[in-house]
Amino acid sequence: MKHEGKKLVWQEYQKEIADDHFFYARSCIRQTFFPGSEKVFTKILKDELGKDVYDSEHHTSCTGIGYHADAVPFETTMTVVARQFALMTEAGYENYAASCITSFGLYTEILETWHHFPEVEAKAREFLFKATGREFKIPKNLAHASDIIYKFRHEIAEKAKYRLVDKNTGKPLRVVEHIGCHYSKMFPHKGVGGAEYPYVLTGMIEAWGGEVIDYPERRHCCGFGFRQYIVQANRGYSIACSKKKFDSMEPYEPDMIITNCPGCPMFLDRWQYALSEMEGKTYGKNGNGIPVFTYEEVAGLVLGYDPWEIGLQVHQVPAEPLLDKIGIEYDPGSKFKGPNGEDLGHPEAPSYLKFYKE
Amino acid sequence: MIGGGAAGLEASSALASLGFRVVLVEKEDETGGHIKNWHALFPNRRPGTEVLQALRSKLSKEVELFSGKTVTEIKQVQGRFEVGSADGWKAEADAVLLTTGFSLFNASKKEEYGYGIYDNVITSADLESAFSAGKITMKNGEQPKRIGFVHCVGSRDEKAGNIYCSKVCCVTAVKQAIEVKQFLPECEVFCFYMDMRMFGRHYEELYKEAQEKYYIQFIRGRLSESTEDHTGKIILKVEDTLLGKPLKIGVDMLVLMVGMESPDITRKLGSELGLLNDSDRFLVSADQHISANVSEIPGLFFAGTCTGPKNIADTLADARSAALAIAGYFENNSNRS
Repeated sequence: MKHEGKKLVWQEYQKEIADDHFFYARSCIRQTFFPGSEKVFTKILKDELGKDVYDSEHHTSCTGIGYHADAVPFETTMTVVARQFALMTEAGYENYAASCITSFGLYTEILETWHHFPEVEAKAREFLFKATGREFKIPKNLAHASDIIYKFRHEIAEKAKYRLVDKNTGKPLRVVEHIGCHYSKMFPHKGVGGAEYPYVLTGMIEAWGGEVIDYPERRHCCGFGFRQYIVQANRGYSIACSKKKFDSMEPYEPDMIITNCPGCPMFLDRWQYALSEMEGKTYGKNGNGIPVFTYEEVAGLVLGYDPWEIGLQVHQVPAEPLLDKIGIEYDPGSKFKGPNGEDLGHPEAPSYLKFYKE
Repeated sequence: MIGGGAAGLEASSALASLGFRVVLVEKEDETGGHIKNWHALFPNRRPGTEVLQALRSKLSKEVELFSGKTVTEIKQVQGRFEVGSADGWKAEADAVLLTTGFSLFNASKKEEYGYGIYDNVITSADLESAFSAGKITMKNGEQPKRIGFVHCVGSRDEKAGNIYCSKVCCVTAVKQAIEVKQFLPECEVFCFYMDMRMFGRHYEELYKEAQEKYYIQFIRGRLSESTEDHTGKIILKVEDTLLGKPLKIGVDMLVLMVGMESPDITRKLGSELGLLNDSDRFLVSADQHISANVSEIPGLFFAGTCTGPKNIADTLADARSAALAIAGYFENNSNRS
């Protein structure tokens, strides 16, 4: 493989990412799936980088899942998105930062639609005004939250307590990066690095000391694919997609997987457990799985945040083997304790996947 | 004559034999254009050098050749053309024939195929060089055991910006697939095609020979992506549209059949002269049926692939036709100098 060839492709896909003053729109599912991630994002931006982030309690779902499942018509979706933009405008912000990949893709799709069909934008403005009396300005800059962490990856590296390096051998960790489909597959020029060789997570991994694995099923869907999972009869496709990816990445012996989508870490994490129960198969060494992380969790880890404060105990595939490999300090006994030291109980141990309770 | 490839060579010798004084300017150090990089030609697999030598040998001393000169400017002053190159070379002419040819599609634009990224993804032009060098080997020096050919790379592809067919890639793939089997009889060869456009004489026979004698597998389906696995094998995802099934196959080497594009120089000179480019960016003739070699500018003519993809035989016929069109132009104007 020629790394220089990839660099040439990356140069074609650069995007403008705002420097400060972000209106942050959270995901409707991430706080359940990986509850620490969005908190880590705002903490890094505000506390580590001194940026201004507006976190509105009034915004809603973007309707993306309903839209892609054909349950919500596009006109409704555009009106809901117009309301989000109105909240941003009312708060005095121009830079919209989406936590969710599907939201980011949907906002991009809507802005592109409005750009090419101004009459559709006029209709959305009319619907919004009639329904809520609100008006809005088009965001000056639209970024996914991972774009923003990518932009500040070197600043994070400078403040880092740990690097993505094996503490015993000094070698870079071998990292699988997985990009959400709606990040750049629909509009390659809106994603850092494009659609075929996305750079947004690769840039973070390289800046923080790791090494990216390019495996054959790298571009394949994680298995979420709304129609695959939300339509219950199709769930076999969902786990089959994930299995295809694990089988393909396994020979490279990855240390971890990093993702930038709400659904991808969920499915790549939970299906490893399901596959182990179904087939007795685990994809890491010694009964371990391949730990799966959001990019915010990884940023938090390298900055030295407590693994249990950023929510790693809710991962189905335990993160401990990776924490040990990097040499991250943590208290095994605090894994299932609440913020005040209260015992939260702990889940039942899986049959095959190695379980770490203390 | 701007461009010393097949069309430029043939038109030069034809015009010289009609008694005209010809100035032929070529950007490279040698004439021959793409033919000099082609080991063998379809459909009979004769060496490219044979045709090239025949074309070069016909050039008489009436043809004044300037090689290593890239024409960068052209203008018409009082009915005469003034042509100049970047290094200061200049010439004047009563008529100009554009024989600027084609450029090969840059395969790295099809990012998902991995040219320039994966070690054993090459183009049809690279394979010709390998034939010329007498060895087909992978990056690690070993001989490939399975090779895939992808047709229509940069042709009939809206995403690549080229909706047209490049005409010659199908038969080139068949020819190269057979040559691979002759070089490496044990190697398995797969061709992934959209349609097999065997338009020329003996092309269909070649296609039949490829299947019946050399057992080359032709699979109707367009490649969706290629990736590299941990052993360096190229993994292809393609749909077999005759079976209606997705297909995943590993090959040791992937050959991309790159199509023809209108070169930058044609567009540059064309825009200096105020010529129209078609939506496919090739030059527009005064009439594509009746006056294919004639431009909208009196005294300016076209031949060869500057007006669209052609094979060598059609290019040479087009060049001779252009020579006659130029002779007719001077006869009508009686201002030959």
